[in-house]
This record gives sequence, C-alpha cells and structure tokens, in this order.
Amino acid sequence: MPDRRGVLELSLDGRRLNAREGQTVLQVAREHGVPIPTLCFLEGLSTWGSCRICMVEVGPQRVLRPACATPVVEDMEIRTESPRLRAHRRMILEMLFAEGNHVCAVCVANEHCELQSAAAQAGMDHVRLEYAAPQRTVDATHDRYVFDPNRCILCTRCVRVCDEVEGAHVWDIAGRGESAHLIADMNVSWGQAGSCTDCGKCVTVCPTGALFVRGTSTGEVRRAPDVVVRLTTARREHQWLPAGEGQ
Amino acid sequence: MNNRRADVRGHAEGDERFAAVDTHIRKTRHSQDQLIQTLHVAQDIFGHLSHDLMAHVATELRLPPSTVYSVATFYHLFRLDPPGEHQCTVCTGTACFVKGSESIVGKLSAEYGLAPGQTTDDGRLTLRTARCLGSCGLAPVTVLDGRIQAHQTPEGTLEQVGRMLDPHALLPEPADEIAPDDGRRAV
Ligand code: FES
Repeated sequence: MPDRRGVLELSLDGRRLNAREGQTVLQVAREHGVPIPTLCFLEGLSTWGSCRICMVEVGPQRVLRPACATPVVEDMEIRTESPRLRAHRRMILEMLFAEGNHVCAVCVANEHCELQSAAAQAGMDHVRLEYAAPQRTVDATHDRYVFDPNRCILCTRCVRVCDEVEGAHVWDIAGRGESAHLIADMNVSWGQAGSCTDCGKCVTVCPTGALFVRGTSTGEVRRAPDVVVRLTTARREHQWLPAGEGQ
Repeated sequence: MNNRRADVRGHAEGDERFAAVDTHIRKTRHSQDQLIQTLHVAQDIFGHLSHDLMAHVATELRLPPSTVYSVATFYHLFRLDPPGEHQCTVCTGTACFVKGSESIVGKLSAEYGLAPGQTTDDGRLTLRTARCLGSCGLAPVTVLDGRIQAHQTPEGTLEQVGRMLDPHALLPEPADEIAPDDGRRAV
C-alpha cells in the first residue's frame, strides 16, 4: 500500500486531484498544466505576493487568494477562471500600465516582457484609466547595465535575487504608495553603489525592460530567470541542472 | 563606498552624538530587529536622519544600506531633511479640510515656494500638514512653533507666519492662542 502521508486531495477547476502538503496553489496548478498568470513570483526566490495578478477563488464562498502565497489544504476547492477573476487581472494590468511609462514599441524587452505577455493573455487592448505619466530619470551610471524606472513594476524580483542568491542586497524599495521606488544602496546611482558585484542577476530576472544590459536595442532583451533555480538547487542539493531547465 | 565608510568613522569619533547612538546600539546588542527603534533614537538625537547617520546605523547593525534607507523612508515619522528653525503645520483632517485648510496650505505654499514637508532654502521655515490634531471644534487649525491657532484664514495665517519669522515681531495676540485641551470645550 502506497504511503499516503502528506498527500491531500483537492479540486482544481472541478478536477479532483492529489497534491502534497506544503505545496502552494500555484505549484499544484503548474504541475497539472493549469496556467495562472504571475509577475512578482519567481521559482527559486522567496514568495513576495505583491502583484496580486495570480488571484484564484477558493472555497464555496469564492474567497480571493494569491495562488503563489496560498498553501493547499485538504478538500480545497480552487477556481482559476471566472469573469470576476478575468476582470480583476485586467484591472491590475491596466493599473500597472497607467502607473509607469510602458511604451512597448520602443522598449528593449518588446516581445520578451512578462508584463506585455500577461496583458496580451488577459486581452487587455486598452487602458481605461488616466495615465499617471510620471517623470522618472533613467540611471545609466553603471558600466554594464541600465535601470529605467519608467518600466519598473516594483515586483522586487531584483531585490530578492540580489539578497537571497547573490547575497549583496544592493536593491531595496524606498518610500511608500505612489512614491515607492527602487533604490541602490543609500539611494545612490547604480554606478556609485559600492555593494554591487556587477553580477547581473537582477537584470536576468527582471520581468519587464526596467533592467537591461547597456547597449541593448529595442526588442533585444533575452532573459534567463531559470538561473535562480539552477543556483539555488546547486547550493541546496549539490545538483547542477543544465542551463535552460528549471523554470 | 569604502571612502564613505571611512567618512562615517571619522564622524563617529568626532561627534559625541554618534556615541549616544552607539550606546543605544550596544544596549540592544547590535540587534538588527532594533532597526526602527535605533532610527528613532538617532532622530531624537540629531533631529533628522542624514545619509551619514543612516550609513552609520547600517554599518553598526551590519545591515545593507538600502534596507536602512527603505525603512527610514517608509515611515512618516522619520525625517531625512533637517527641520527648519520655525514650523508651521496646517491640519488637513476632515473638519479642517471642510473649513478650507487646503487654501491655507495653498497660500503658504505659493508665498514661500514650498510643498508640504519642505523647508525653505534658507532653513527658516518648514511647512507641514497633519491630520488630525484633535481640535476639530477650532477648525481650521494650524500649529505655529508648537502653538495651536484656531479658526484660521489664508491671510491671517500668512500674517502670523510672517510675524513668526520676523525676529522683532510680537507674538500672536493671547486671545488667538488656545491650548489643545480648551479646544474640546469650544465649539
Ligand atoms: S505572483 Fe502571486 S502575488 Fe504576484
């Protein structure tokens, strides 16, 4: 008889299936090929749960929960699709677009941008909100990389990868609410940030075109966020996954 | 960065106030969990949190500078700029707002070229907004250098701020001054 400890049963979009204790809703959904959009989540990093694009409905009351940060429990009833969820995701995307200056046609990450593809998948063809059109200066002081805050969605992937994987903790978020922004060290320009090791991990995990290699032209960005899974797996388990696997 | 660290050490030796911050840090055993409390102590001692001061706290607590800056800018009670010699706070709470405190803020902003939270270039005046001061019966309320002023008008406040800044000016008439406690009885 197989060991049933730690295994639980739940329903995902009406399908009964098994999951392991300690898994999140997002992990279970991905294991079973059910797509849930994510932005701040990145496999291998700690969970942040700030973008709220991954919301699902849980239980008969259809309570909204972030899939990336919600552990599964026995008999859980999860819905990943509904008119309400679609409207919710679309509103989040519209707010993200309205809040910064996202001009895909001239962006280094055009066609390789997670924000852009999330918008395309959600069928977001226009923004119903007024654009905030903030004035933000591009930081091109680093020898190798550029930070364009106009395209930053404050997902904090760069903050986390720098802290948790590289161990440098160059980045953090200063301010709050609409004045929240990414900073290096004590709010100095990137080139002046003495703690930066120039490793480029932040650049490779950025979901948009906010961080990129100097000299990249429109649409040329290529990301390799699976590097996080490779590094953390190697460190934890001494298993070196080939590049291109993981994520 | 290394240069900046060296600078900070220089301050720490020369300025007794850094020693007072260090005493607190030692008492709390360099605990990183004490960051917020340490920043409060540092601000009490220095009046505001300068970059040097935050860098010093970061070094002593072995925290990344960006984390210290992040925490200091997240909470409204921390100030990164030195406060001006004189303070004018306009209440923008509900009652004062309804009674037109926005136009008081507007008048002062225009006159002194300040947004709320800013200090004039000569360091003489800091303009702030607060909500709420708990003296709604006196709306709209301002606080000039710690003194509550009731039933303000844009012109009246402007004149009072002018007198506060002029060293030879007389203090506002005592009748205009009402302690916060009295405020609850006055309607
Ligand atoms: S991916 Fe779950 S909150 Fe951002």
